[in-house]
Amino acid sequence: MAEPVKLIGTFGSPFVHRAEVALRLKGVPYELILEDLTNKSELLLRHNPIHKSVPVLLHGDRPAICESLLIVEYIDEAFDGPPLLPIDPYDRAMARFWAQFIEQKCAKPFWMALWLNDGDKREVFVKEAKENMALLESRLHGKRFFAGDTVGYLDFAACGLALVLGVLAEVTGLSLVGEDEFPLLRRWADDYTSEETVKACLPPREQLVAHFSGKKDRIKLAVNAMACQM
Amino acid sequence: MSEPVVVVGGWASPFVTRVCIALKLKGVEYEFLQEAVGRKSELLLRSNPVHKKMPVLLHGGRPVCESLVILQYVDEVFPGSSILPADPYHRAVHRFWAEYADAKLHTALRTMRGMVGGDKADAAEQVSAALRQLEDALAECSGGKPYFGGDDFGFLDIVVGSYIGWFGAAEKIAGLRVLDEASTPRLAAWAARFCAHEAVRDLMPDADRLVEFGEVLRAALAANASCRP
Repeated sequence: MAEPVKLIGTFGSPFVHRAEVALRLKGVPYELILEDLTNKSELLLRHNPIHKSVPVLLHGDRPAICESLLIVEYIDEAFDGPPLLPIDPYDRAMARFWAQFIEQKCAKPFWMALWLNDGDKREVFVKEAKENMALLESRLHGKRFFAGDTVGYLDFAACGLALVLGVLAEVTGLSLVGEDEFPLLRRWADDYTSEETVKACLPPREQLVAHFSGKKDRIKLAVNAMACQM
Repeated sequence: MSEPVVVVGGWASPFVTRVCIALKLKGVEYEFLQEAVGRKSELLLRSNPVHKKMPVLLHGGRPVCESLVILQYVDEVFPGSSILPADPYHRAVHRFWAEYADAKLHTALRTMRGMVGGDKADAAEQVSAALRQLEDALAECSGGKPYFGGDDFGFLDIVVGSYIGWFGAAEKIAGLRVLDEASTPRLAAWAARFCAHEAVRDLMPDADRLVEFGEVLRAALAANASCRP
């Protein structure tokens, strides 16, 4: 009998989404436990004492697996089903490289660019975000998804970008991307969020907009406080 | 016929050292192209246009960048001893602690060595705290065996081990303890064992040489900065 799988997450998190979509593509049933990150449960703190963050994957009796991209690789390796990472080792290396790029170089400038009050500081992050988006745009030439014809690891890694271009643009009233900029990325964001398996584990857009609109002031406060220390 | 393997990097970089150790463990012959101090070669910039950093592995001319990505590529492409464990759970654990080690150790050690600004005592405390976590990780991963990888060293040994030369250099420069037998006895014993291994011995930079290198690098970077318009 298959060992139970639990995923500790939080509503609207692209990091949690990565793990969910990976589980669904592999056809692995799981229980989703939603956390309120302003009031972290004992379960979360016990299973992720180092980073205290979501997602956390619990597979049977094994100690927890943390860090979203590591969880996706674990899911790919531990369960049967269609491969999430490319088969060819060089292609795998490229996928891991670009996923790391997204983690290290994209998350922060996009986030800061969306929420900063100071126009000058924001401009710096917008510039950086656009430079990085240009690199990602070039990865989509001749491809529907980063992984090819179907979604895969690198698409999951980039899912936060879909959130930024869509929902968060609406919530902040800030489009980081002009109508004529990055056509391949904008098309990818639409294709990714409409893909059957992805759609099944993404909350409806209106719910995401409402969720982030509700948190807007808190996020702005935190981001602008962080900017003062930089 | 096997395709040529080239490593573009520098002997002093832990990110480069780990790639060389992995190749040696696999018995892979490679050409090492040493970068000039304080200056990036055209080959490096062309092979890693995104980050412009070492190491770069060129396999049959195709570049692979980012040390942890390179280590996994080397493991998957070349036969021989496995670097990552076989079991998916243990692989996830090795990858987790490898990322943790790089996040906590790299910049803090550079601060202690005076390569970047910052409080050296604070940096030393961050390194010590991280090493205490890695001490526990070693106990769990090794299950009482000599290495994080068990009977022989693997991915996590190579990643954490690549910093050992820097531990020594940081201690000399900052005058503060890094790898302390009293607070992390298992890790201290493991470090000695790791450095003595035949695949590591000739690749682990000497602490005194690293101290000297740090001075040369600082001077070269200052000279570059003063030349800029």
